[in-house]
Amino acid sequence: MFQNLPIPFLILSFLTILSSLYVVTSKNPVHSVLALIFTFFTISAHYVLLNAQFLAVVNLIVYAGAIMVLFLFVLMLLNLSKETEPVKSNWWGIAAAITAGSMLLIVTAAFQVTGEAVAKNPVEGIGLVKALGKVLFTRFVVPFELTGILFLAAMVGAVLLGKREKNNAVLIPKEEGGNS
Amino acid sequence: MNLLSIFNQVEISHYIYLSTVLFSIGLFGVLFRRNAIILLMCIELMLNAVNLLFTAFSTYMGDADGQIFVFFIMVVAAAEAAVGLAILVLVYRNTRKTDVSFLDQLKG
Repeated sequence: MFQNLPIPFLILSFLTILSSLYVVTSKNPVHSVLALIFTFFTISAHYVLLNAQFLAVVNLIVYAGAIMVLFLFVLMLLNLSKETEPVKSNWWGIAAAITAGSMLLIVTAAFQVTGEAVAKNPVEGIGLVKALGKVLFTRFVVPFELTGILFLAAMVGAVLLGKREKNNAVLIPKEEGGNS
Repeated sequence: MNLLSIFNQVEISHYIYLSTVLFSIGLFGVLFRRNAIILLMCIELMLNAVNLLFTAFSTYMGDADGQIFVFFIMVVAAAEAAVGLAILVLVYRNTRKTDVSFLDQLKG
């Protein structure tokens, strides 16, 4: 099943799965963030393999460049970099593994038929800015404008939530488990 | 190696398996971990699995619409991460923890 695959695809897939497993299992959140950044890099390499060059660059800039830096900032600002997470009992792990495993099994089985049904129709230059921009600004121009409104709403919401209020109601006193 | 030659060697089903595995790993993380930051990161992982599948189908079928959808998913993921992290900072400010199991004390 896997013997005929090209080596770059195999190595990339192996690295992707391995680093995403490390994201989930690592105790230290900073290691998780770094592993997730590595996962995004490998996914970008997958995009290059798939001839989606524009998406590869955008994935690097948006995910690895913006979102993960945001995560890292929050992590270090809140001083959560050490291992503070209480360990869940084994039953939680078994239940989560069973759920995720059955999800994997069912979706794989459902896609068994789909894989052969897709016709291969490679088009040159489909992932470049020229082709994508044409589609984005003609057929998808209304959703494109709506995402601008979504971004504005998200920005206002994030600023409003992050603003420090006076007389902030504190559920737990600072000395109880606090470190700052 | 010519990039277009990957079509002759990798079937779309391999990309389907890869992104299903990624999605399941993300799902496992969401169910298993308690740290809210890790939960958000696992959600990003699941979104990326979907993005990879969209791109694979788009490239194999020669239709650019899938890649536009990936673009929109990235936008939504960025907005979600910003608002989610703002809520997380607010929760941390009130409870000094980022443990999601602590949030069952919310009164609604």
